Amino acid sequence: MTPDPGTIAPLAVSLESLTDIDFWISVGVLAGIYAIVALGLQVNTGFTGIVNFGAAAFMAIGAYSMAILVLEAGISFWLSLPLAMLTTMLFGVLVGLPSLRLRADYFAIATIAMAEVVRLFAQNARDLTGGNQGLFCADDDPSNCYTNDWRDVSESINDFVANFWSDPSTLFPLLLVIWVTVGIATVGLGYLQKTPWGRVLRAIREDEDAARALGKNTLLFKLQSLALAALLGAIGGFFLALNLATLHPIDFEPLITFFAFSVLVLGGLANYKGVAVGAVLFWFVIEGTRFIELPDPPFTETRIAALRLAITGLLLIGLMAFRPQGLFGNRQEMVLGE
Amino acid sequence: MEAGQVAEPVPSALGERLKEELRRRPWLGAIGVILLIFLALVAGEGLHAVAQTGLNGLSLGAIYALGAVGLTLVYGILKLVNFAHGDFLTFGAYMAYLVNVTWGAPLVVAIFWAMLMTALLGIVLERVLWSPMRAKRAGLLQFLLMAIGLAFLLRAVFQWFWGTEIRALDVNTTSSVEFLGLRIGQTELIVVIVGIVVLVAVGIGLRLTLLGKQMRALSDDLELAETAGIDTRRVILWTWVFAGGLAGLAGVMAASVTSLFPEMGFELLLPIFAAVVLGGIGDAFGALVAGMVIGVMTEWSTLVIEARWKTGVGFLVLVIVLIVRPQGIFGRAKAI
Repeated sequence: MTPDPGTIAPLAVSLESLTDIDFWISVGVLAGIYAIVALGLQVNTGFTGIVNFGAAAFMAIGAYSMAILVLEAGISFWLSLPLAMLTTMLFGVLVGLPSLRLRADYFAIATIAMAEVVRLFAQNARDLTGGNQGLFCADDDPSNCYTNDWRDVSESINDFVANFWSDPSTLFPLLLVIWVTVGIATVGLGYLQKTPWGRVLRAIREDEDAARALGKNTLLFKLQSLALAALLGAIGGFFLALNLATLHPIDFEPLITFFAFSVLVLGGLANYKGVAVGAVLFWFVIEGTRFIELPDPPFTETRIAALRLAITGLLLIGLMAFRPQGLFGNRQEMVLGE
Repeated sequence: MEAGQVAEPVPSALGERLKEELRRRPWLGAIGVILLIFLALVAGEGLHAVAQTGLNGLSLGAIYALGAVGLTLVYGILKLVNFAHGDFLTFGAYMAYLVNVTWGAPLVVAIFWAMLMTALLGIVLERVLWSPMRAKRAGLLQFLLMAIGLAFLLRAVFQWFWGTEIRALDVNTTSSVEFLGLRIGQTELIVVIVGIVVLVAVGIGLRLTLLGKQMRALSDDLELAETAGIDTRRVILWTWVFAGGLAGLAGVMAASVTSLFPEMGFELLLPIFAAVVLGGIGDAFGALVAGMVIGVMTEWSTLVIEARWKTGVGFLVLVIVLIVRPQGIFGRAKAI
């Protein structure tokens, strides 16, 4: 994908990767995955006012339980998906029960700690998760991989697509399914937000004591909000697992949560439709560093990785300083804390 | 929390007294728990093993404690959860690396340089970032995400200049000291001694000096302190000097006994948070004690579980304290 740097003039934009459809599809896949996760964070942070820094844990538990159910328990891929969703939602509720009583800043610390506990577990419970070696196919049967059933479906989608597009990209079916999911989730959440249930969430965000005074069991609503984010996180985790084809604990480090938060605040808080736009823009910028040909030295591989980290950091700082509502957020509807 | 005690049917006199005592002095409960763990470990593994692992834990504990003091003061005074505090430690460590390894100066010089530069970093960030944001009356989420953005930015800078390879300071890693049948590496011993001396000095300074008293007053109630005529701007700047300097020192210590890489500080951040929460947010003494406790507990854990799980101890303490007693062992019961 990356052309030989020797043949390219310094600082030129490589047309080859600009027009490379596979490259853009891979960016679209990433954007879609993070849009799904960020939609969950939108429910929590944008509409319920709970600052959830544990999104990576939801993704990890969704992805790992799916893979473990398929590889260790021998359950079919399609059945493993709802089971893994339930597991993740249960985890969300279990985490929320004690920690949702905490003040917002304590809750944020508690969730990031939970996420690190999950990652530590994935790293060290080697028999179950494969540890740092990763989880891909069953040990005793290398042909039994968690991606198998999806690959069959993916191939039949591409057989159909081949009618219109000769030689379609192998990632195209994943892109399609992911963005259909983003669409359904965005519309569904928008609808849910207009129901009485959605209005209670907003009431909790604005003034929890007032909501409680009106007889609402606010803890129950906050737990439901967290479970919904867990569900979306698990779905994001499935897609990430299919995209990566091997699960490593490092793929679920806290940075992942904050990529999703960058997507969220770029799109804007308290606006579901903005999330998809935020996701596309964010990943366009982050992955865009790949198609600007930077001379090496000084732009070594690690330095370009550092550059991406710096962009994420500057984006978060800049948005919070100058435009906390993001692109499409509603300033009146923003959780600005006390 | 109190409701459960009211409903209790006719408790024994001893139980009643114990409960009353625990309510007034919650840290007694913590000491009790630690003592029980200690006795159980001695019974199971023998005194020597417990003493040796405890000794190993002291250097880690000193690092946690030094990191936690600054974090808790900033948290208490500015209500800022500084997620970039771990990267302050890394910053200090790389500053020391620059002087000690790149320029070949002795480690003592490097330590002072690291503390100075990290304190300066704290002041600069207060001036360009935190103070303007407070003036804008920014909300909790803005501060949280800004601190995280800053953490990424700092890490990007480390990665840009020093890459991702694991580095080491020029310290003696081979010789060790033996006494009472216990063994400790020479560098670890120095870290423990420096750590304890600085921690005691910090404790005394906070209690006895005017600045220390002012810092604690601000941590208690910033507006009240301002009304009482304290120059809060000056005290806030000194708080950053203090937090930065101690973080820089902790970073050099961490890099001396372990290794230096861009994520070093971030990996230390959660145990440091655990110390802050266990000690009670804003309570500098609490953070000092809690940091040492968590360091020792982490090493003790290797007696019963495999060493690769030991980083989980800090997380576990953090989660348990947040659930059971979010105001920390020294804190009074108040709305958290």
